[in-house]
Amino acid sequence: MKKIILDPPEIARIITRISHEILEKNRGFKGIALVGIQTGGVFLANRIHQKIQEIDSVSVPLGELDITLYRDDLGLKKVGTPTADVPTIKTTSIPFDLTGLSVVLVDDVLFTGRTIRAAMDGLIDFGRPKQIQLAVLIDRGHRELPIRADFVGKNLPTAHNEKVEVRWKESGDDDYVCVINNEEGNP
Amino acid sequence: MRLSKKDLLAISELQKEEIELILSTAVTFKEVLGRDIKKVPTLRGKTVVNLFFEPSTRTRTSFELAAKRLSADCINISSSSSSLTKGESLLDTAKNIEAMQADIIILRHSSSGTPALLARHLKSSIINAGDGTHEHPSQGLLDLFTIQEKKGTIAGLRVVIVGDILHSRVARSDIYGLKKMGAEVEIVGPPAMIPQSSDQWKVTTRYDLDKAVVGADVIILLRLQLERQGKGFFPTLREYARLYGLNASRLAKANSGVLVMHPGPINRGVEISSDVADGLSSVILDQVTNGVAVRMAILYLLSGQSHE
Amino acid sequence: MSNRIVIKGGRIIDPTHKMDQMGDILIEDGKISAIESLIVIKGDVIEINAHGMIVTPGLIDLHTHLREPGFEYKETVETGVAAAIAGGFTTICCMPNTNPVNDNASVTELILERARKIGKTKILPVGAITRGLKGEELSEIGELVSAGCAAISDDGMPVMNSLIMRRALEYAKIFDIPVIDHCEDLNLTDGGVMFEGAVSTALGLKGIPAASESVMVARDIALASLTGGRVHLAHISTAASVHLIREAKVRGVLVTAETCPHYFTLTDEAVNGYNTNAKMKPPLPSVLDLLEVRAGLADGTIDAIATDHAPHAPWEKEQEMDRAPFGIIGLETAIPLSLRLVSSGVLSLPALIQKLTQGPAQILRKGIGQIRSGDCADITIIDPELEWTVKGESFKSKSKNSPFIGWKMKGKAVTVIVAGKVIENE
Repeated sequence: MKKIILDPPEIARIITRISHEILEKNRGFKGIALVGIQTGGVFLANRIHQKIQEIDSVSVPLGELDITLYRDDLGLKKVGTPTADVPTIKTTSIPFDLTGLSVVLVDDVLFTGRTIRAAMDGLIDFGRPKQIQLAVLIDRGHRELPIRADFVGKNLPTAHNEKVEVRWKESGDDDYVCVINNEEGNP
Repeated sequence: MRLSKKDLLAISELQKEEIELILSTAVTFKEVLGRDIKKVPTLRGKTVVNLFFEPSTRTRTSFELAAKRLSADCINISSSSSSLTKGESLLDTAKNIEAMQADIIILRHSSSGTPALLARHLKSSIINAGDGTHEHPSQGLLDLFTIQEKKGTIAGLRVVIVGDILHSRVARSDIYGLKKMGAEVEIVGPPAMIPQSSDQWKVTTRYDLDKAVVGADVIILLRLQLERQGKGFFPTLREYARLYGLNASRLAKANSGVLVMHPGPINRGVEISSDVADGLSSVILDQVTNGVAVRMAILYLLSGQSHE
Repeated sequence: MSNRIVIKGGRIIDPTHKMDQMGDILIEDGKISAIESLIVIKGDVIEINAHGMIVTPGLIDLHTHLREPGFEYKETVETGVAAAIAGGFTTICCMPNTNPVNDNASVTELILERARKIGKTKILPVGAITRGLKGEELSEIGELVSAGCAAISDDGMPVMNSLIMRRALEYAKIFDIPVIDHCEDLNLTDGGVMFEGAVSTALGLKGIPAASESVMVARDIALASLTGGRVHLAHISTAASVHLIREAKVRGVLVTAETCPHYFTLTDEAVNGYNTNAKMKPPLPSVLDLLEVRAGLADGTIDAIATDHAPHAPWEKEQEMDRAPFGIIGLETAIPLSLRLVSSGVLSLPALIQKLTQGPAQILRKGIGQIRSGDCADITIIDPELEWTVKGESFKSKSKNSPFIGWKMKGKAVTVIVAGKVIENE
């Protein structure tokens, strides 16, 4: 069973609000950078980047980060077991020095917090940011690590076995967020 | 996406899709090598053993760096310090290493077929770092990566491999890889150094380098082992250099944008002139950089992480 | 236990007497006493039902390695003989490359004594041509023959020095024994481990050119012609060698030749995957050579089939290709592989049996390999339809180095009679 939580206009409003909140908390655009986490966070980071450009006519540094190599749930195979599928590693590109900047990590859904932990490890390998902040479109609860978002689009209480799906216009769909109830056997 | 076997023994055993997977994974690792902190925690806690029975600084160092950049623990064992000299068989030596929980064993040996022997008997993943005159798959893969990076493609290119093809495992790996990726391959060398049954590889064979370089997009030079002189394969080094050495005037006959490659170490003035080795067409040092990225990709893919 | 045996209803094939007929054989007191289309006998007699079977003179293997003395971890006379019985052989010739080498009477006597004690297959030892197989000085050939050697050979090694080979051929004329040569030019072999060809190139292994064998075949033929001596060429494997032998026979040179089942069954492709159980000397050659070996069997250029049974311990074969020793076992797979020559039309069944009985007997100039009233009763009974799968654990040989493990075979020796006694393996 699929339930749409946010539709395109609602998502657009959220992005506008979050972009303002980021500028407010950081007292303007100076010294901030956006880094989107592959893959959903990258689209969102792009949108926020565009919105900040509309608001303050400035292009803040924008990067993308793939956390595959930093995950803690890799479950690398033991000697003697057959080789398994590997997740495809996507692009990481941080074309600026983030030392001394307030880096806003951007992801679409915040769940257990492990992705964010991995992202922070990855980020710190690139330099020493002054601060790391976190912006997410959806916070669905069920944290397993002490991680919290600074900027939240919507708090969405969910059951652990439900799946939250975020679709973006950029990947050929339309913008929406929906919740899928796994009990009915939906993938 | 995965590699179909637990080992990497030979390019002749890889499917085209597997080669493409290794090359595309290597692209992401090359990016890691461009960072300030050239390390990712991916293979943390894994043990990689370099078991080298032939001396090699460059391949061994390359694999060692690849393992360390992935945060794996890397041990080097070379034959002079191994118990093989005490009469222990190769298989027993390797089983001892496996018993110490080695996840991946990288083997270089002067006897063809030794990685296959270990792969058959051990549960660890075996990477062939060069066996006899059979294959040197990671070198072949980094050569493919370099060509693809510089030229954007491999299919349809004309690649000329020059030198002692008979004794070269690099040549064989290159030939298998290039043919699978759709390149046109020509081999050039003195007749005694071209294997008798080379037509099974579907390559063009020539003895005349001047003719062969015309229209070449890539020229791969093989190292001439100086110990081969005096055995009748060719009269003298001087004559070899004159007939089969790549110099500027020969290079000029090739296509513009031609890549000059060499697995190293180079013999300046023998198979390649100094000015060509240091010139604009040479990508020899890029091969070395790419070697670490490709080897990181191989280690990563053989660690076969479970599903997300 | 009765000493009378009657074999009933088998197809009796004895090439020496051009016999190929259904019939019965009566054995009494260790000797053949009657061969008839029907024998009715009363009283104390062991009856062997041979319906559907082939009854032949006891098979003779001109070429085995029993490894005792010195290499008992690979095989002993006892286990080798058990393998021979399982393979249907009543007489085997064992090569002298033991430790110590069989270049003197005491080693010959040791082997014969072991054989006597075991009391199964008969053994005809082959003595060394040169002392210690070094290829430098002739061994005391007369002493070897008196002690019981039926031939001389340096097998394992070629006789590289042509002058020594000449002298051996001349000297052997005194005793009318064949000089068996392992045809290989060690300089051309130059450390090779398999046949030089497309497969060796692909595998990156050093190759042995076909010429390594044929160069020595040509030399031996020339020396046999020069001296009038008798040379027997062991394990012939290449087309070039077959051509040379064919032409030499036409000229009347006293040359005979044998080949082994693996040379008419496998090619160098069997080495793919670095299979050390396909490593032997001479190496498995190309398909063209295999076809010419078969043609040589068909037209009589090759006189005999021998196994060159060469056991090696499993740990020895489980090494890298360059270090694994040369050789495969063969006593227990010879019959089904040879029967394939019949089913594929290369040889008729009597012609095949001839390669394993009359052919070897003539080379040894001994009156064995035939079924004749009054002769010592050595008989092999083969079930040509029996299907079985080759399993390493089932080999009677101590070693398991066979490329045929896992093969489905058809044909097996079911009964072996030596000197009138049915021989059983435990």
